[in-house]
Amino acid sequence: MLEISREFVDAILAQSRVEYPDECCGVILGAAGSGKATRLKPMINAAHSPTFYEFDSKDLLALYREIDDNDEEIVVIYHSHTETEARPSRTDIAYASEPEAHYVLVSTREEIAPATEFRSFRIIEGVVSEEEVSITE
Amino acid sequence: MAIDVRIPTILRPYTKDQKSVQATGSNLGALIADLDLTYAGIGERLLEDGALRRFINVYINDEDVRFLGGLDSQLKDGDSVTILPAVAGG
Repeated sequence: MLEISREFVDAILAQSRVEYPDECCGVILGAAGSGKATRLKPMINAAHSPTFYEFDSKDLLALYREIDDNDEEIVVIYHSHTETEARPSRTDIAYASEPEAHYVLVSTREEIAPATEFRSFRIIEGVVSEEEVSITE
Repeated sequence: MAIDVRIPTILRPYTKDQKSVQATGSNLGALIADLDLTYAGIGERLLEDGALRRFINVYINDEDVRFLGGLDSQLKDGDSVTILPAVAGG
């Protein structure tokens, strides 16, 4: 189960709308070993694409250095799907490389607007399992 | 010539869970070959058709090796190599 604050959910959904028609992306960090999502860090989608996201390679190195220096871990990796359902695509599964992270997907697809999709998954060695999202107010 | 290599979580099963290991090589290609001798199988996770995999980022100190010459990037004593899988998807 992913426990996440309403503030972060709203911020991620807002980011997905601002960056539409590109996919948006980012992470939520937490103290190492805690599994608690406490620090939201939006990232730039270096692919600037409606169908792909990728952290810029320099930003990626800086992120991991920061995590090491602060004794943090990546608790959540999130990105948006612009026109499709908020569940991992084949590429998402192929590139998922943080077995400890919650992979959060949101969707900005029009047919469900103004409703929102916010879902969380584990992706471990190519196997996807959806998990419950508990939003704390 | 010992080079410190930072190993990402996903590849730690190859390094008996060590976050950082030592390897030798005068360039990145040689370093990866040396890593693979000690930690069998890790080379295949980094290389494809003789080149670095597209979604594996390797840095020498602070520079992405794609801007340094890829597998031919030179290494010297005291350099630090960081391997990070891209955070990417569709």
